[in-house]
Amino acid sequence: MAKKKSSSNSKRLEVLKTYKMYIGGAFPRTESGRFYSPMVDKKSLGNICLASRKDVRNAIVAARAAQPAWAGKTAYNKGQILYRVAEMLEGRRDQFTAELVAQGSTLANARKDVQASIDRLIVFAGWCDKYQQIFSSVNPVASSHFNFSVLEPTGVVFVVANEQSPLLGLVSIVAPIIAGGNTCVVLASESKPLSAITFAEVLNSSDVPGGVVNILTGKLTELAEHFARHMDVNAIAFDRDDKKNLAKIKLYAADNVKRVHPIEQNWSDDSAASPYLIQQFSELKTTWHPIEKISASGSGY
Amino acid sequence: MADSTNNTWDFSPAPESIGHAEIDSSYGLFINGEFVNATGDQFETINPATEQKLATISNASKADVNKAVRAARNAYEKIWSKMPGLERGKYIFRIARMIQERARELTVIETLDGGKSIRESRDIDIPLAAAHFFYYAGWADKLDYAFPNRSPRPMGVAGQIIPWNFPLLMAAWKIAPALATGNTVVLKPAETTSLTALKLAEIIQQADLPPGVVNIVTGHGETGAAIVEHKDVDKIAFTGSTQVGKGIQRTLSGTDKGCTLELGGKAANIVFEDATIDQAVEGIVNGIYFNQGHVCCAGSRLFVQESIHDEVVAKLKHRIGTLIVGDPLDKNTDIGAINSGQQLQTINGYIESGKEQGAVFYQPNCELPAKGFWCRPTLFTGVAQSSRIAQEEIFGPVLAVQTFRTVSEVIKKANNTPYGLSAGVWTDKGSKIFNLTSQMRAGVVWANTYNQFDPTSPFGGFKESGFGREGGLHGLSAYLKVN
Repeated sequence: MAKKKSSSNSKRLEVLKTYKMYIGGAFPRTESGRFYSPMVDKKSLGNICLASRKDVRNAIVAARAAQPAWAGKTAYNKGQILYRVAEMLEGRRDQFTAELVAQGSTLANARKDVQASIDRLIVFAGWCDKYQQIFSSVNPVASSHFNFSVLEPTGVVFVVANEQSPLLGLVSIVAPIIAGGNTCVVLASESKPLSAITFAEVLNSSDVPGGVVNILTGKLTELAEHFARHMDVNAIAFDRDDKKNLAKIKLYAADNVKRVHPIEQNWSDDSAASPYLIQQFSELKTTWHPIEKISASGSGY
Repeated sequence: MADSTNNTWDFSPAPESIGHAEIDSSYGLFINGEFVNATGDQFETINPATEQKLATISNASKADVNKAVRAARNAYEKIWSKMPGLERGKYIFRIARMIQERARELTVIETLDGGKSIRESRDIDIPLAAAHFFYYAGWADKLDYAFPNRSPRPMGVAGQIIPWNFPLLMAAWKIAPALATGNTVVLKPAETTSLTALKLAEIIQQADLPPGVVNIVTGHGETGAAIVEHKDVDKIAFTGSTQVGKGIQRTLSGTDKGCTLELGGKAANIVFEDATIDQAVEGIVNGIYFNQGHVCCAGSRLFVQESIHDEVVAKLKHRIGTLIVGDPLDKNTDIGAINSGQQLQTINGYIESGKEQGAVFYQPNCELPAKGFWCRPTLFTGVAQSSRIAQEEIFGPVLAVQTFRTVSEVIKKANNTPYGLSAGVWTDKGSKIFNLTSQMRAGVVWANTYNQFDPTSPFGGFKESGFGREGGLHGLSAYLKVN
């Protein structure tokens, strides 16, 4: 019998993934058509979208549009949605581990980071309906009023994600920001952008509404001025060791009194599970209401 | 409304005596526990109701600010940061008590120097200032309970710059939490209203506060800039205009200094058709004409539901016709003097722009004193959302009236501003109140009331109205480093 060439003998050609960005629940390429190729061990990670000013603006528009409805969801519902994100990530552990390895991580560290990312989402799923009770207050004013203070979302947050921790760093900052009712635009790690885009697929297949988290890939130096000056961004989370760009961002942020929060958090540490991260991206609102005076008493509280 | 007769039930003059208030002819700077001469020049502070000179004030130079910061640093390192919280608190309690003891003197000086009605300085400014010191004094030994497991610690030297609308009260809002948290202070009052801050310096001396813990440097914008730019200041707390606040944010951008900003506002005061109208009218008047409208949280945009617009405006016109504008020292005065000639010019500019942009202008016909800076309570109806008087902070007794039909419409209109300091809602329906108060993008929301303040109640803005809170437990964090 003639030998038949078996398909198992030939090496199967791998299907490469096109890494696109995540804006308003869709996966567009950059409108600019530009790309960059981050290298790991002299090997390219792929042709990654090089986001433009217009992409930044589109993403901010999407985040703003999504913000009121996201903030308006019940705390219980937000908690369930974050839990769903954790479920989706759990099912794709191997993919994220492999991608972290491709981006230069050791296998052991990659596994640890993926697990920590899932657990972090679980923690913040739980915080959604709990942080308010930790930070809010009823204030004993010296007049006949019921007076209380609660946290409300700051609004749209621009996140400059951690450069070295492309998954855990990203998940750890996005979780508290959205748990607090904000929406965000994330600039992914420039040198290790793959995990952020694959995480967008997780978000997309969970119940997070489009626009709540938007993810861009590109260069901080090129985009810093554009998001820092944008008049519809309320706060900036800056998780890079880059004093020069931080100073520039803080300068431009004053255009509309943005809150700039440099993040100095070791994401592997237990303290990263703290609700103070939610508080940081919140505004305190105080409400006054008169209390009818039944006796000649003062405040009711 | 019985305003058609010729009965004039005028109030007899009831001026507060000023004999008890001692004002020196000239003041130095309060540095390291002593009044010292400034190296800079001097300027005059006048009574805006009479345009007469009250005293000569020192204009602190860069060198003077330097000296004050050095004194504050020294006091911080050697004394204040090491003192047990309870002892710190006892000093602050002392200051609170002495403000109460000297309340009448402070009241009169506040009114003389700033032009606000004596009723307001007597019933609001001075008692609230004392209350703030009293409240924060009690926090000094309890910080670990306020921030559990976060090892709260002071920042160091706090530079504080305050405005002219509530001179002593703003000084109290700044100094009390800073001291309670273990910081030392360099404070600059506004140039038109330095006197009560200098009186507070006397009280601080009398209270035996360790030298250098509080330093008060008077002067103009350059003095403030010298504080903001000073390398050895760890934190800046500023209350004032959004424009200056943004400048401070820019100046600090390259540094690690802490910063809290309490800036301008353009609050919406919303009246629904189911509100108790007479009560709402009182609230509208209090919202915009309190302190001549020199209030960052003033209810300067009135949104009236269309169905009650005519009734509310008629009642408002009648009510502001009864407001007494004039001598701030008179106990019956409702609206005192505009704080300065410059501010009066700004307000008049806005009134002109309102007329030019087509809004309908109304002022009651009350007489104004011949000397001094005065502005009648002013009402504009038919105001467009885009007009300057609806968009920009005027900081004067000028109300812009707009209308709405639906809840969602008024929420959109009310939030359509870069500011987010405060808002007011008037309705008799509880569920509507909570819908509105939760939808307003503002740091303080008053429901069926307006312009209430209390040391236990956090105050501060969203968006371009600044960041950080003053008052309450939350006000402590503006002066603490935490884990």
